[in-house]
Amino acid sequence: MSTTPTSRLADVVNRHQDELLEEWVQAQQSSVSRRMDLITDVDLVRDSRELLGLLQRALADGDSSGIEGSPWEPVRDFLSGLSRTRAEAGFSPSETAMFVFSLKQPLLVRLSHELADDPQGFIQIVWEMSALLDRLGLLTTEEYQKGRESVIVRQQRDLIELSTPVVKLWDGVVAVPLIGTLDSERTQIVMESLLERIVETNSTMAIIDITGVPTVDTLVAQHLLKTVAAARLMGADCVISGIRPQIAQTIVHLGLTLSEVTTKATMADAIAHALATSGLRIAPAIED
Amino acid sequence: MPETERIPILKMGDLLLVTIQVDMHDRIAMRLQDDLTERIVSDHARGVLIDISSLEIVDSFIGRMLANIAAMSRVLDAQTVVVGMRPAVAITLVELGLSLPDVRTALNVEQGMQLLTEGGKTNGWPHDGRRSS
Amino acid sequence: MADVRAEELDIGESDDVVRVRQAVRDAAVELGFSIVDQTKVVTAASELARNTYTYGGGGHFRMELLNSGSRHGLRLTFEDDGPGIPDIEQALRDGYTTGTGLGMGLGGARRLVNEFHIESNPGSGTRIVATRWR
Repeated sequence: MSTTPTSRLADVVNRHQDELLEEWVQAQQSSVSRRMDLITDVDLVRDSRELLGLLQRALADGDSSGIEGSPWEPVRDFLSGLSRTRAEAGFSPSETAMFVFSLKQPLLVRLSHELADDPQGFIQIVWEMSALLDRLGLLTTEEYQKGRESVIVRQQRDLIELSTPVVKLWDGVVAVPLIGTLDSERTQIVMESLLERIVETNSTMAIIDITGVPTVDTLVAQHLLKTVAAARLMGADCVISGIRPQIAQTIVHLGLTLSEVTTKATMADAIAHALATSGLRIAPAIED
Repeated sequence: MPETERIPILKMGDLLLVTIQVDMHDRIAMRLQDDLTERIVSDHARGVLIDISSLEIVDSFIGRMLANIAAMSRVLDAQTVVVGMRPAVAITLVELGLSLPDVRTALNVEQGMQLLTEGGKTNGWPHDGRRSS
Repeated sequence: MADVRAEELDIGESDDVVRVRQAVRDAAVELGFSIVDQTKVVTAASELARNTYTYGGGGHFRMELLNSGSRHGLRLTFEDDGPGIPDIEQALRDGYTTGTGLGMGLGGARRLVNEFHIESNPGSGTRIVATRWR
């Protein structure tokens, strides 16, 4: 039997898996960070048993000095999934990391028995074991971070979409009132949102109202033109309304041609245009 | 080159209907162009409807193919309408610089057929202002 | 923990353009790109792969999946030993602005990615590295 720290660690875990599991579970249950409100004993035992089993196999196949290799993939996958599940359940990232760290104590006790007559070896193997569990615990924290990031990104997008709703006026016509400064990212999100709504509602006309947009520079104008071109490729026409006199001047000064785009001074004009093109009109209701 | 590899062209009255569902390699695209041109003549078609609602990617080659088909059909006195372009595809084509100005488009097969049968002149909205529903 | 995986394909016939598209698409999906970003990067790859085949006389494609902490991206490298591009500025400007122009679609592909690097000299082939971040 070879005597690398990894193989000795693997050996100890293998031979004492049941006792380790029992002691580890007990340590978790009696700890201050035991969250009985968030996880049942049954699940706690199940998670612990699974990690211990995966750990034992990884140690048998691999090297305890690094967890990036393929023998450690099942452990990494398990911990990633666990971190996500626990975060969703309401565990703090520290609490989830403690799940891993709390295995150190029972392992320490076990190792001190096994290596009672080899103090040098004991120190070495304890160091390896501790570093290994540190890395695994940190993995759960990193996974938590990633999860938070993606929530934030999603919320940002939702916020932008909510602040620029695409409204269906009537069958075949949607309108989007743009309000505020249009930066590149926001414009792209609005553009995508508008085009998606066109498909969803089967609309052949979209009114883009820019009354609420304070400045139109080349970039904004380009984005608008791209949106119009994309909508046309899909089979819908766009009308840009709310072009204030200053914006009209800016457009001319910038040398931009909106010649292929239908433009209207006000939203009302755009609606009138949409009505006419749909072959509809608004008439007084007939009273009995 | 396998002879059977081509995109099927359906005849519906005096219209030809093509549904592109595969990620085409260049050969199939060229063959479609040739096949359509032949069929417009042999079937006396006055309209071609190309359904690209399944296409996740339209690059410049396919874009030019669509423009070519539209141009060639016009020469043969037929109209071509491309329907169902996905938003992501439309955005990408515009970014590529391909806005296909001479290709008529519609949201779906139904609206495309309306365009072809009514002989309308604009994208989706016939010039006389009436939209039949 | 930084993580880089790579995939390589030879571009020797026109069917390889489709293979490149599919490889890029699978990778973009795996990295969690949005639908629009997937479409952009796959389309860019298609343009560049086709160039390698048509103008470069065939060549090599390499794709790296970049995964480091919060940054996720795809780095695409296209290399050929073809005649090279005499005037890169011109090639980048020529595009499909009217929808009928010929030209190499380089400018278009550049607009679809975040980072674009090109080395090309007549007689020594072409190397293009395009990167799209999620």
